[in-house]
Amino acid sequence: MVELRVNGSTHRVDVAPERTLLSVLRDELDLTGTKYGCGEGQCGACTVLVNGKPARSCLLPVASAEGKDIATIEGLATDGRLHPLQEAFIELDAMQCGYCTPGLIMASVALLADNPDPSEEAITKALEGHICRCGVYQRIVAAVRQAAQAMKGGAR
Amino acid sequence: MSEDSLLEVLEAHGISPDYLPGTTVSRREFLAALGGGIAILILVPSAHGQPPGVRGPRGAGREAPTEIGGWLHIGEDGAVTAFVGKVELGQNARTSLTQVVAEELRLKPESVALVMGDTALTPFDMGTFGSRTTPYTVPPLRKAAAAARELLLDLAAVQMAVERSALAVMDGKVTHAPSGRTLGFGELTKGQDLVQPIPADTPTISPADWRVVGQRVRKLDGVSVVTGQKKYASDLKRPGMLQGKVLRPPAMKATLTSVDTSAAEAMAGVVVHREGDFVGVAAPSEQVAVAALAAIKAEWDRRPLVTPDALYDHLRRTATGAGRDADSVGSMEAGLAAADVKLQQTYTLAYIAHTVLEPRSAIAEWADGNLTVWTATQSPFGVRSSLAGIFGIPESRVRVIAPDTASGFGGKTPGQAAIEAARLAKVAGKPVRVAWTREEEMTWPHFRPAGVIEITSGAKRDGTLVAWEYHNYNSGPAALRTPYAVPNRVVQYHPCDSPLAQGAYRALAAPANFWAREMHMDELAQALRMDPLAFRLANLSDARLRVALQTAAERFGWGRLAPANGRGYGIACGLEKGGYVGTCAQVLVDKTNRQVRVERIVTAFECGAVINPLQLENQIEGATVMALGGALFEAIKFDEYRILNPTYSTYRVPRFSDTPRIEAVLIDRRDLPSAGGGETPFCAVAPAVGNAICNATGVRLRSLPMAPDGVPA
Repeated sequence: MVELRVNGSTHRVDVAPERTLLSVLRDELDLTGTKYGCGEGQCGACTVLVNGKPARSCLLPVASAEGKDIATIEGLATDGRLHPLQEAFIELDAMQCGYCTPGLIMASVALLADNPDPSEEAITKALEGHICRCGVYQRIVAAVRQAAQAMKGGAR
Repeated sequence: MSEDSLLEVLEAHGISPDYLPGTTVSRREFLAALGGGIAILILVPSAHGQPPGVRGPRGAGREAPTEIGGWLHIGEDGAVTAFVGKVELGQNARTSLTQVVAEELRLKPESVALVMGDTALTPFDMGTFGSRTTPYTVPPLRKAAAAARELLLDLAAVQMAVERSALAVMDGKVTHAPSGRTLGFGELTKGQDLVQPIPADTPTISPADWRVVGQRVRKLDGVSVVTGQKKYASDLKRPGMLQGKVLRPPAMKATLTSVDTSAAEAMAGVVVHREGDFVGVAAPSEQVAVAALAAIKAEWDRRPLVTPDALYDHLRRTATGAGRDADSVGSMEAGLAAADVKLQQTYTLAYIAHTVLEPRSAIAEWADGNLTVWTATQSPFGVRSSLAGIFGIPESRVRVIAPDTASGFGGKTPGQAAIEAARLAKVAGKPVRVAWTREEEMTWPHFRPAGVIEITSGAKRDGTLVAWEYHNYNSGPAALRTPYAVPNRVVQYHPCDSPLAQGAYRALAAPANFWAREMHMDELAQALRMDPLAFRLANLSDARLRVALQTAAERFGWGRLAPANGRGYGIACGLEKGGYVGTCAQVLVDKTNRQVRVERIVTAFECGAVINPLQLENQIEGATVMALGGALFEAIKFDEYRILNPTYSTYRVPRFSDTPRIEAVLIDRRDLPSAGGGETPFCAVAPAVGNAICNATGVRLRSLPMAPDGVPA
């Protein structure tokens, strides 16, 4: 039995401790916003935050996330209000198929917590481990910049 | 609409009810769920629905002069729903098609529902590929929505007993301005049971009066994407569902000689199924399925492949005569005799993979001999046909649902995962999901064909092209013919024996043919000491292509930029799928490590009337990034048995740091029909970059990918 704290709620799940956090989130908790892309930590589609830091949930044994705060894309909007990053991704159309989007937004949440005003270079560096096969990178960088400005202006 | 009224209309048009989607039962349920109201049927010539090389859409051998290409329904509650067999893949057809319907009915796009890619609910469609959605689905859908509007006006004129010409449609209501009376769509359709095809004389709204089409409408389901609520096929679950895994051979070409599945069968809850070379397991969890698969002992007879070092000779050796789209005019001998400058060059290109981020997956469920499959595919009707054939059941007993799919790029046309899941589900007696791993996704689908392209050319001192002989081995016939005026030419594509499975990839062979042709054009310009833009324009009579090329050049600043310090500039152009594209590139080649950095790309694109500038720009930017991978570093590596780089850690795709500044310049021609935009903007990127690298370094790279390890010194 593993006890997980996901998006502020505690879940007790009966799974083997070596199961990946990704498979437990998706198959046991039905939190399917976190995606499988490669299983080797190369694409970033499975990115969640563990204690505020981005983590590749496809490589993380679920037991190692026990007792920590896990944040997934499903918990980002609060009280029906979208996070400024979510708003910026929509506003700038920073997506096509949308499969990489949740992982990118979660990684960007962590980036903006560390660096509230990242340059384009800093964003590129922080998100380099993510793959968007539709190739929307230019818009994603602009969306993160826009969200940073919005947050400086008092949003969140 | 009721089944009776629908059947009446079909009978009047000589269409068999068998041509309706779905089984008889599900069709009744569907029609009952829709209820009354009005429905407009899009009737199309059956040629649109007949995929080449695929068994008849509804059983082989049947003739269908006309069939249903789509329909539009306005319910008794006023709800507008359009049904099309296309699939949303990220190209955002969901938004653009919705805009077209909303425009004709004078609604906001948010007020229109679009049902896509479900063989039980949507009419037959050959598949979502080839930039066909915009040119082939938009016009009839527009007409259907316009016909619905006209019908609502007819109904309102009768109900209000007023002159029809004094009525206007707006925001879900018909308004009679003189009296100020209004009737909502629901009030007009209540109690109606009208089904009709589109009258031939249905007027559509003039482009000058467009209010929704041509607007920068954002992705309509953007909120579901950014909140993680959007469900792809791989996110779905069915009650009691098992996880399936398939045993893969240790070589690309292999036959199963013996297999021992006893250990796997002994595992709790595991079902093993063998059928010929297919061996698969279904288990209560993915972890158990993986363990069961590992417990299977199999022996395979492997057959070697032609290896990469022998590949290009092999392709040439196995080439057949000229395939599709051959073009021959004048005399090459005479042309070369008249030429002041002659060139002969060979270009080669490697296999590349689609590497869609969502690996293919499917859930299959059998009930009472009927099969339902949810799968990530570009071709739900093609997958239905495959499943019906494999299981020997009528297509009416198979329902394939393609939830919005996370990209396809030509890779998600066949239904491998669907077939595997259906086989396992049949034996297990429970729903089964098969979700491919990254490694499976990059090994077992088809690849973008490798190829060899040979060009012999001649031009006069003044820059006039006089001879052009072009042979494409294996890569494909898309965009084979040169857009330049040449009086003497031989242009041929030669099908060859391919060691690896190959097939559709975004824009098919057009990027390869653009690349070889446009690289060669630069080589000729160089030999003639002419500016590459001037040389192209001197031989280009197509007005639309000239505009695209010149627009790109102007926006880029062509002619004002001279190569220096490892920086160089390149240009390329062409036309394909009804779109006209010009692309300019700026690259920087590092003096010490010889790595290429693409710094800036400008693409001017004209594809007729632009339906959604925001989404079209997004397509151009995305196509540019994807094209850079194949241009510079993507290549499938293989030895005589296996793919050697089937992972993201071994197969490099473009990332954030590879992305240049991309400027998409739209040339909006509202006077022309709209063509698709997902493919053509891809095509001129590689040659523009290749020409820029040569401009920067003097090195001409005639092999794709051009610089996997940097530019040779």
